[in-house]
Amino acid sequence: MPEAPAGTLYRGREGMWSWVAHRVTGFLIFFFLLVHVLDTSLVRVSPEAYNAVIGTYKNPIMGIGEAGLVAAIVFHAYNGIRIMLVDFWSKGTRYHRVMLWVVVGLFVITMAGFLPRHLGNVFGGH
Amino acid sequence: MAALTDIPAPRSPQGAGSARGARSRRTGRTNYELYAWVFMRASGVLLVVLIFGHLFMNLIDGDGISAIDFGFVAGKWASPLWQVWDLLMLWLAMIHGTNGLRTIINDYTERTGTRVVLKTALYLAFTIVVVLGTLVIFTFDPCPAGAPADLLPSFCTG
Repeated sequence: MPEAPAGTLYRGREGMWSWVAHRVTGFLIFFFLLVHVLDTSLVRVSPEAYNAVIGTYKNPIMGIGEAGLVAAIVFHAYNGIRIMLVDFWSKGTRYHRVMLWVVVGLFVITMAGFLPRHLGNVFGGH
Repeated sequence: MAALTDIPAPRSPQGAGSARGARSRRTGRTNYELYAWVFMRASGVLLVVLIFGHLFMNLIDGDGISAIDFGFVAGKWASPLWQVWDLLMLWLAMIHGTNGLRTIINDYTERTGTRVVLKTALYLAFTIVVVLGTLVIFTFDPCPAGAPADLLPSFCTG
Protein backbone atom coordinates (compact mmCIF):
# COMPACT_ATOMS: atom_id res chain seq x y z
CA MET A 1 0.00 0.00 0.00
CA PRO A 2 1.76 3.20 -1.11
CA GLU A 3 1.73 6.06 1.32
CA ALA A 4 -0.42 9.05 0.50
CA PRO A 5 1.60 11.72 -1.33
CA ALA A 6 2.84 14.27 1.18
CA GLY A 7 1.22 17.68 1.03
CA THR A 8 -2.07 17.64 -0.79
CA LEU A 9 -2.36 21.42 -0.57
CA TYR A 10 -1.77 22.66 -4.08
CA ARG A 11 -1.23 26.40 -4.20
CA GLY A 12 -3.94 27.42 -1.79
CA ARG A 13 -5.84 30.67 -2.13
CA GLU A 14 -8.70 31.41 -4.51
CA GLY A 15 -7.56 29.15 -7.37
CA MET A 16 -7.32 25.98 -5.31
CA TRP A 17 -10.29 26.58 -3.04
CA SER A 18 -12.64 27.37 -5.93
CA TRP A 19 -11.46 24.11 -7.53
CA VAL A 20 -12.17 22.21 -4.29
CA ALA A 21 -15.61 23.82 -3.97
CA HIS A 22 -16.38 23.01 -7.61
CA ARG A 23 -15.46 19.38 -7.04
CA VAL A 24 -17.41 19.02 -3.80
CA THR A 25 -20.56 20.70 -5.19
CA GLY A 26 -20.37 18.62 -8.39
CA PHE A 27 -20.06 15.43 -6.35
CA LEU A 28 -23.11 16.30 -4.21
CA ILE A 29 -25.23 17.37 -7.21
CA PHE A 30 -24.46 14.10 -9.00
CA PHE A 31 -25.77 11.97 -6.13
CA PHE A 32 -28.88 14.10 -5.82
CA LEU A 33 -29.42 13.65 -9.56
CA LEU A 34 -29.40 9.84 -9.21
CA VAL A 35 -32.02 10.02 -6.44
CA HIS A 36 -34.05 12.64 -8.29
CA VAL A 37 -34.41 10.54 -11.46
CA LEU A 38 -35.48 7.58 -9.31
CA ASP A 39 -38.11 9.57 -7.40
CA THR A 40 -39.47 11.14 -10.59
CA SER A 41 -39.70 7.67 -12.14
CA LEU A 42 -42.46 6.89 -9.63
CA VAL A 43 -44.86 8.81 -11.91
CA ARG A 44 -44.71 5.61 -13.96
CA VAL A 45 -45.79 3.52 -10.96
CA SER A 46 -48.87 5.43 -9.82
CA PRO A 47 -49.97 8.97 -8.94
CA GLU A 48 -50.27 7.87 -5.30
CA ALA A 49 -46.69 6.53 -5.16
CA TYR A 50 -45.26 9.70 -6.72
CA ASN A 51 -47.27 12.02 -4.47
CA ALA A 52 -46.27 10.08 -1.37
CA VAL A 53 -42.55 10.36 -2.11
CA ILE A 54 -42.63 13.92 -3.40
CA GLY A 55 -44.55 14.78 -0.23
CA THR A 56 -41.41 14.05 1.77
CA TYR A 57 -39.64 16.77 -0.23
CA LYS A 58 -42.06 19.28 1.26
CA ASN A 59 -41.18 18.83 4.92
CA PRO A 60 -39.02 21.56 6.47
CA ILE A 61 -35.83 19.48 6.82
CA MET A 62 -35.95 18.50 3.15
CA GLY A 63 -36.83 22.11 2.31
CA ILE A 64 -33.58 23.24 3.90
CA GLY A 65 -31.78 20.45 2.05
CA GLU A 66 -33.23 21.77 -1.23
CA ALA A 67 -31.92 25.23 -0.36
CA GLY A 68 -28.47 23.65 0.08
CA LEU A 69 -28.85 21.80 -3.21
CA VAL A 70 -29.77 24.99 -5.05
CA ALA A 71 -26.82 26.76 -3.40
CA ALA A 72 -24.50 24.00 -4.65
CA ILE A 73 -25.97 24.22 -8.17
CA VAL A 74 -25.77 28.03 -8.30
CA PHE A 75 -22.13 28.03 -7.18
CA HIS A 76 -21.22 25.21 -9.58
CA ALA A 77 -22.96 27.04 -12.45
CA TYR A 78 -21.35 30.44 -11.85
CA ASN A 79 -17.92 29.00 -11.11
CA GLY A 80 -18.26 26.81 -14.22
CA ILE A 81 -18.74 29.96 -16.30
CA ARG A 82 -15.68 31.41 -14.57
CA ILE A 83 -13.67 28.29 -15.51
CA MET A 84 -14.70 28.73 -19.15
CA LEU A 85 -13.65 32.37 -19.04
CA VAL A 86 -10.28 31.35 -17.60
CA ASP A 87 -9.94 28.76 -20.40
CA PHE A 88 -11.18 30.75 -23.37
CA TRP A 89 -10.89 34.47 -22.57
CA SER A 90 -7.42 35.86 -23.30
CA LYS A 91 -7.38 37.78 -20.00
CA GLY A 92 -9.09 34.98 -18.06
CA THR A 93 -6.07 33.82 -16.11
CA ARG A 94 -5.15 37.39 -15.13
CA TYR A 95 -8.60 38.02 -13.68
CA HIS A 96 -9.39 34.58 -12.24
CA ARG A 97 -9.28 35.89 -8.65
CA VAL A 98 -11.49 38.88 -9.35
CA MET A 99 -13.86 36.59 -11.21
CA LEU A 100 -14.14 34.31 -8.18
CA TRP A 101 -15.30 37.26 -6.09
CA VAL A 102 -17.77 38.16 -8.85
CA VAL A 103 -19.01 34.54 -8.65
CA VAL A 104 -19.38 34.85 -4.87
CA GLY A 105 -21.20 38.18 -5.25
CA LEU A 106 -23.62 36.82 -7.88
CA PHE A 107 -24.12 33.72 -5.73
CA VAL A 108 -25.13 35.86 -2.73
CA ILE A 109 -27.52 37.94 -4.87
CA THR A 110 -29.12 34.83 -6.42
CA MET A 111 -29.55 33.10 -3.07
CA ALA A 112 -30.93 36.30 -1.53
CA GLY A 113 -33.62 36.20 -4.22
CA PHE A 114 -34.25 32.47 -4.03
CA LEU A 115 -34.20 31.73 -0.29
CA PRO A 116 -37.14 33.94 0.87
CA ARG A 117 -39.27 32.61 -1.99
CA HIS A 118 -38.41 28.94 -1.41
CA LEU A 119 -38.46 29.03 2.40
CA GLY A 120 -41.79 30.86 2.16
CA ASN A 121 -43.16 27.93 0.15
CA VAL A 122 -41.69 25.39 2.58
CA PHE A 123 -42.72 27.09 5.82
CA GLY A 124 -45.67 29.06 4.44
CA GLY A 125 -48.23 26.53 5.63
CA HIS A 126 -49.75 25.23 2.42
CA MET B 1 12.94 6.37 -8.52
CA ALA B 2 10.94 8.27 -5.97
CA ALA B 3 7.88 6.58 -4.50
CA LEU B 4 5.54 9.07 -6.14
CA THR B 5 6.40 7.92 -9.64
CA ASP B 6 5.75 4.28 -8.74
CA ILE B 7 1.96 4.60 -8.74
CA PRO B 8 1.16 1.88 -11.30
CA ALA B 9 -1.71 3.66 -12.99
CA PRO B 10 -1.41 7.35 -12.29
CA ARG B 11 -4.09 9.97 -12.44
CA SER B 12 -6.21 10.04 -15.56
CA PRO B 13 -4.72 6.98 -17.24
CA GLN B 14 -5.59 7.95 -20.82
CA GLY B 15 -3.97 11.35 -20.44
CA ALA B 16 -0.82 10.39 -18.58
CA GLY B 17 2.08 10.10 -20.98
CA SER B 18 4.83 7.60 -20.37
CA ALA B 19 8.28 8.82 -19.52
CA ARG B 20 9.69 7.37 -22.72
CA GLY B 21 9.24 10.53 -24.72
CA ALA B 22 7.08 12.09 -27.34
CA ARG B 23 7.18 9.19 -29.80
CA SER B 24 5.56 6.65 -27.52
CA ARG B 25 3.12 9.31 -26.35
CA ARG B 26 1.93 9.84 -29.92
CA THR B 27 1.22 6.25 -30.83
CA GLY B 28 -1.85 4.34 -29.73
CA ARG B 29 -3.49 7.28 -28.00
CA THR B 30 -6.71 9.01 -28.77
CA ASN B 31 -8.05 12.48 -28.15
CA TYR B 32 -10.59 11.05 -25.71
CA GLU B 33 -9.58 13.31 -22.83
CA LEU B 34 -9.68 16.36 -25.09
CA TYR B 35 -13.21 15.55 -26.21
CA ALA B 36 -14.21 14.97 -22.58
CA TRP B 37 -12.73 18.37 -21.66
CA VAL B 38 -14.63 20.10 -24.49
CA PHE B 39 -17.83 18.25 -23.60
CA MET B 40 -17.69 19.45 -19.98
CA ARG B 41 -17.65 23.07 -21.19
CA ALA B 42 -20.22 22.72 -23.98
CA SER B 43 -22.67 20.75 -21.83
CA GLY B 44 -21.96 23.06 -18.88
CA VAL B 45 -23.25 26.10 -20.79
CA LEU B 46 -26.42 24.26 -21.84
CA LEU B 47 -26.95 22.83 -18.36
CA VAL B 48 -26.85 26.30 -16.78
CA VAL B 49 -29.80 27.29 -18.99
CA LEU B 50 -31.66 23.96 -18.65
CA ILE B 51 -31.27 23.62 -14.88
CA PHE B 52 -31.95 27.27 -14.06
CA GLY B 53 -35.12 27.02 -16.17
CA HIS B 54 -36.05 23.78 -14.38
CA LEU B 55 -35.47 25.30 -10.94
CA PHE B 56 -37.45 28.40 -11.88
CA MET B 57 -40.46 26.41 -13.08
CA ASN B 58 -40.45 23.93 -10.19
CA LEU B 59 -39.24 25.90 -7.16
CA ILE B 60 -39.90 29.60 -7.84
CA ASP B 61 -42.89 29.91 -10.18
CA GLY B 62 -46.35 29.54 -8.61
CA ASP B 63 -46.23 27.88 -5.20
CA GLY B 64 -42.84 26.25 -5.77
CA ILE B 65 -42.14 22.91 -4.13
CA SER B 66 -45.52 22.80 -2.37
CA ALA B 67 -47.33 22.69 -5.74
CA ILE B 68 -45.43 19.70 -7.11
CA ASP B 69 -47.45 16.51 -7.45
CA PHE B 70 -48.44 14.00 -10.14
CA GLY B 71 -50.78 16.54 -11.78
CA PHE B 72 -47.96 19.12 -11.98
CA VAL B 73 -45.60 16.67 -13.71
CA ALA B 74 -48.34 15.45 -16.05
CA GLY B 75 -49.22 19.04 -16.94
CA LYS B 76 -45.59 19.82 -17.79
CA TRP B 77 -45.01 16.67 -19.85
CA ALA B 78 -48.18 17.34 -21.84
CA SER B 79 -45.98 19.85 -23.65
CA PRO B 80 -43.29 18.55 -26.03
CA LEU B 81 -41.11 21.50 -24.96
CA TRP B 82 -40.75 20.16 -21.40
CA GLN B 83 -40.35 16.58 -22.61
CA VAL B 84 -37.41 17.60 -24.78
CA TRP B 85 -36.11 19.93 -22.04
CA ASP B 86 -36.11 17.17 -19.42
CA LEU B 87 -34.70 14.55 -21.81
CA LEU B 88 -31.83 16.84 -22.78
CA MET B 89 -31.24 17.76 -19.14
CA LEU B 90 -31.21 14.08 -18.12
CA TRP B 91 -28.67 13.04 -20.74
CA LEU B 92 -26.38 16.05 -20.51
CA ALA B 93 -26.38 16.14 -16.70
CA MET B 94 -25.75 12.41 -16.43
CA ILE B 95 -22.86 12.43 -18.92
CA HIS B 96 -21.43 15.62 -17.38
CA GLY B 97 -21.74 14.23 -13.85
CA THR B 98 -20.44 10.78 -14.74
CA ASN B 99 -17.40 12.29 -16.42
CA GLY B 100 -16.85 14.47 -13.34
CA LEU B 101 -17.03 11.44 -11.06
CA ARG B 102 -14.70 9.53 -13.40
CA THR B 103 -12.16 12.33 -12.99
CA ILE B 104 -12.54 12.24 -9.21
CA ILE B 105 -12.08 8.44 -9.16
CA ASN B 106 -8.97 8.74 -11.36
CA ASP B 107 -7.57 11.39 -9.03
CA TYR B 108 -8.04 9.68 -5.70
CA THR B 109 -7.88 5.91 -6.20
CA GLU B 110 -4.42 4.48 -5.97
CA ARG B 111 -5.14 0.79 -6.39
CA THR B 112 -6.30 -0.56 -9.74
CA GLY B 113 -8.87 -2.83 -8.11
CA THR B 114 -10.53 0.05 -6.28
CA ARG B 115 -10.62 2.08 -9.47
CA VAL B 116 -12.18 -0.73 -11.49
CA VAL B 117 -14.84 -1.38 -8.84
CA LEU B 118 -15.77 2.31 -8.48
CA LYS B 119 -15.90 2.93 -12.22
CA THR B 120 -17.97 -0.20 -12.82
CA ALA B 121 -20.46 1.02 -10.20
CA LEU B 122 -20.43 4.49 -11.78
CA TYR B 123 -21.11 3.27 -15.32
CA LEU B 124 -23.75 0.88 -14.05
CA ALA B 125 -25.52 3.73 -12.23
CA PHE B 126 -25.20 5.88 -15.36
CA THR B 127 -26.80 3.22 -17.56
CA ILE B 128 -29.64 2.43 -15.17
CA VAL B 129 -30.55 6.08 -14.51
CA VAL B 130 -30.34 7.22 -18.14
CA VAL B 131 -32.32 4.25 -19.49
CA LEU B 132 -34.92 4.48 -16.72
CA GLY B 133 -35.31 8.25 -17.05
CA THR B 134 -35.59 8.10 -20.84
CA LEU B 135 -38.21 5.33 -20.68
CA VAL B 136 -40.21 7.28 -18.10
CA ILE B 137 -40.30 10.41 -20.28
CA PHE B 138 -41.34 8.48 -23.40
CA THR B 139 -43.81 6.02 -21.86
CA PHE B 140 -45.41 8.39 -19.35
CA ASP B 141 -49.21 8.16 -19.17
CA PRO B 142 -50.73 11.36 -17.71
CA CYS B 143 -54.14 9.68 -17.24
CA PRO B 144 -53.53 6.13 -15.93
CA ALA B 145 -56.69 4.01 -15.87
CA GLY B 146 -58.20 3.50 -12.44
CA ALA B 147 -56.37 6.35 -10.72
CA PRO B 148 -58.47 8.73 -8.58
CA ALA B 149 -59.53 11.69 -10.74
CA ASP B 150 -58.51 14.27 -8.11
CA LEU B 151 -54.86 13.21 -8.44
CA LEU B 152 -54.83 13.61 -12.22
CA PRO B 153 -54.38 16.73 -14.36
CA SER B 154 -57.66 18.40 -15.30
CA PHE B 155 -57.40 17.46 -19.00
CA CYS B 156 -57.89 13.75 -18.13
CA THR B 157 -61.52 14.28 -17.18
CA GLY B 158 -62.29 16.87 -19.86
